[in-house]
Amino acid sequence: MIAVVSSVLAQASEWVSPTIDWHALAPEIVLVIGINIVLLLDLQLPDSKKWAMASITGFVLLAAFIPVVTLWVIGDDTRSLFDGRYVIDEYALVLKGLFLLAAYVIVLMSQTELEEGGYYQGEFYVLLLCSVLGMVMMASSRDLVSIFVALELLSIPAYMMAAWRKRDEKSNEAGVKYYLLGVFASAVLLYGMSLLYGATRSTLLTDIGAALSDGDLIALEVVAVVFVLCGFAFKISAVPFHTWAPDTYEGAPLPVTAFLSVASKAAGFVALMSIIFIAFPGADGVSEPLIWTLAVLTMTIGNVLALRQTNVVRLLAYSSVSQGGFILMPLAYAGDPNAGGSALNAVIVYLLVYAFMNLGAFAVVMAVTRKTRSAEMSAFGGLFGYAPGLATAMTIFFASLAGIPPLGGWFAKFNAFRAVLDAGTTSAYVLAAIAAVNTVIAAAYYMRVLRIVWMDDAPDGDTSPIVTPAPIAAALGLTVIGTIVLGVLPNIVARFGDVDTLTGALGS
Amino acid sequence: MLAVNFLLLGAVLFCIGVYGVIARRNAVLVLMSIELILNAVNLNLIAFALIKGTVDGQVFALYVVAIAAAEVGVGLAMVLMIYRNRRSIALDELSEMKG
Repeated sequence: MIAVVSSVLAQASEWVSPTIDWHALAPEIVLVIGINIVLLLDLQLPDSKKWAMASITGFVLLAAFIPVVTLWVIGDDTRSLFDGRYVIDEYALVLKGLFLLAAYVIVLMSQTELEEGGYYQGEFYVLLLCSVLGMVMMASSRDLVSIFVALELLSIPAYMMAAWRKRDEKSNEAGVKYYLLGVFASAVLLYGMSLLYGATRSTLLTDIGAALSDGDLIALEVVAVVFVLCGFAFKISAVPFHTWAPDTYEGAPLPVTAFLSVASKAAGFVALMSIIFIAFPGADGVSEPLIWTLAVLTMTIGNVLALRQTNVVRLLAYSSVSQGGFILMPLAYAGDPNAGGSALNAVIVYLLVYAFMNLGAFAVVMAVTRKTRSAEMSAFGGLFGYAPGLATAMTIFFASLAGIPPLGGWFAKFNAFRAVLDAGTTSAYVLAAIAAVNTVIAAAYYMRVLRIVWMDDAPDGDTSPIVTPAPIAAALGLTVIGTIVLGVLPNIVARFGDVDTLTGALGS
Repeated sequence: MLAVNFLLLGAVLFCIGVYGVIARRNAVLVLMSIELILNAVNLNLIAFALIKGTVDGQVFALYVVAIAAAEVGVGLAMVLMIYRNRRSIALDELSEMKG
């Protein structure tokens, strides 16, 4: 005990305050200031002016986007803060941009939903911004402590947002299920992190990577790696840890569902990627089979369950579970020298494309259910007849989710397959074959919805046109453009696959 | 060695906590079980910090304590919310949605 205290004191006397690169931290700082502005303004604004909160939140997100762009334009070197515990490199910047953009689309989608539902507005946007701050931090975190803090900062507001309709029993159930399983998962993850710290004597990811790479893994390290991976598997709703996802997605307000299925899931993947690529390359004997199994189970079971859904929101919930399997697939070969670089690229590209197409799909469902008041599949009948614009947008998103060229989803899937095939082992070919079968199964249920939209008649003969509110139309426009552009011009994002810049920056 | 006993205690607490989360049907008891797991984590972190002679573990434990408090704050609010709406906090009755 005395030894520890004296070592603490010794460290304290040598302590010098770290130099802080304010430009590198600017996106986070802008968000923190923005959160306070939104919180204080919400207290001052009378109820009749609460609609302004959404616009202010949008401005905060765009303001946080500016430093991301300037850092990207300058982007000559990796900026590393706090002894490499917080790193701003290309990888982090791409993902920060993704989170801010996704959150902006969510704000556009939330605006009408919150106003018409009579929900609390100011608090919602404060929580949304807090959650986005956690995600933006997550993209730069390179240390177990900061990953944990970022994970909780993004999750805790999300639990509350899932239960936002507090008088509605479904929304309660959604929030409680998400909360209990989420907290349980973070507890398991933390237990794994504590073992990892004990086994490697450090919380810094690069040190953990070095410690795991020398010699064979001991039992403690194996247990730690399994616990950490299982903890994140909850966050990204990988089967068998997916049970919360469909209920939470169905019960939560739709913009929150879109937020959880895109941004929150992407943040889980980002943490998983940082840990797998930096800390676990030496543990690929454990992580590779585990992730392989999770990916196969996730895409197969997610798809099979999606096949029997009759509610479009639940269908999208299971489809997002199975898409998670496809995103997970390249990560199984992260430690492979042939496939490591293309696996990283594949996951980032998939997350980008998935954000656009899934947000878009939810935006269409929102616009349509405003009229039909039901998300049952039959309620979408005859959509093409009375709302051809929405029906076309829906076709684009669902076809992209199914992976039909030339839309974004096709390129994302192609990249994921290429990364797996780069590994060139028997298990990789088996995984690719299973994924190919799953792509066909997935196409079946996406096409079933589209067939109803295009072929069937409106269920109650009500063919009055749908009035899409301007914010939702803007969200639809952004996501349609994103989905098509990423599919037609994949070169924009294909350069993220530059092995040297990305894995080099990650490994340093 | 004393610190190893702490690790064993941590493992036992973790197992009790996991059992509680799986077996209990009362939302508050599940929350308490989760707290047990988090305390197991704290014990582990501090014991490892003692064994390895670094402070990182103790700092980590402080973060865990602070964030666990925030988590429970939200959790109890949610339990209160379902109690107000259904007059019950039994988790197996939360089954509006299936399939």
